[in-house]
Amino acid sequence: MTIRKICELLEARVITGEDKLDNEMDTAFSSDMMSDVLAYVTGRTVLLTGTVNEHVIRTAEMVDVECVVFVRAKLPSQEVIDRAVEDGIVLLSTPHTLYVTSGILYSNGLPGIGRRKYQDASD
Amino acid sequence: MPLINERYDVKKDDFVSAGEASAKIKRTLKKLGADPVVMRRVSVCAYEVELNLIIHSLGGCIDFTVDSDQVTLLVTDIGPGIPDLDLAMSEGWSTASEEVRNMGFGAGMGLPNMKRNADAFEIQSTVGVSTTILMKFKLAA
Repeated sequence: MTIRKICELLEARVITGEDKLDNEMDTAFSSDMMSDVLAYVTGRTVLLTGTVNEHVIRTAEMVDVECVVFVRAKLPSQEVIDRAVEDGIVLLSTPHTLYVTSGILYSNGLPGIGRRKYQDASD
Repeated sequence: MPLINERYDVKKDDFVSAGEASAKIKRTLKKLGADPVVMRRVSVCAYEVELNLIIHSLGGCIDFTVDSDQVTLLVTDIGPGIPDLDLAMSEGWSTASEEVRNMGFGAGMGLPNMKRNADAFEIQSTVGVSTTILMKFKLAA
């Protein structure tokens, strides 16, 4: 799914990264915990989050996340935007909640990153 | 002779600079043309350990070395040490403060995530003295 399509479905504002809207995303991951993003995200994944600080951009950079969607109409500070511009990361903001944002993308065919295993080896 | 041998100092509680050392490490690997998968794994470990130094240590440093066949991250702090390493290595266990959790960290995933991403991972800790972590990553043949 292209970032442009994600943007349309979520009625999102493009904060930065207009030139990358035709890039394709294979999966999505929703989390406010950047620790979990670092632990689980691989590949061309769009990050959906209600956390709006510079650490989100740094985390995205480390795991090669190209597109971050801020939910609940949250808008980042100029410092956060500047860092995203520097790292070439697309930032979107949607008025929907994290649950609804995830549901819209999932029901339109963008899958999640797959199930995780329990540490005690049960399933 | 290593191709690259750099040291990055990381200060306790320096959240403003968090990720700067890791970003430099990633950029260096990119310039060297490292395999994207290896680059991602090194970057994740560097960032996790940099955050650990900021959140949990009294300060420390990351020695980043690139040889022809591997990348090494040697991390040394000046304390306070980890009393129970087995507990610290288990997913979901963390001593991070509420403030740190509000920033999106402290989920107790850091050390297990480093172990998962590195080809070799060793940790040693002496309470009241220091913690040392050695991570090695094979460069794609």
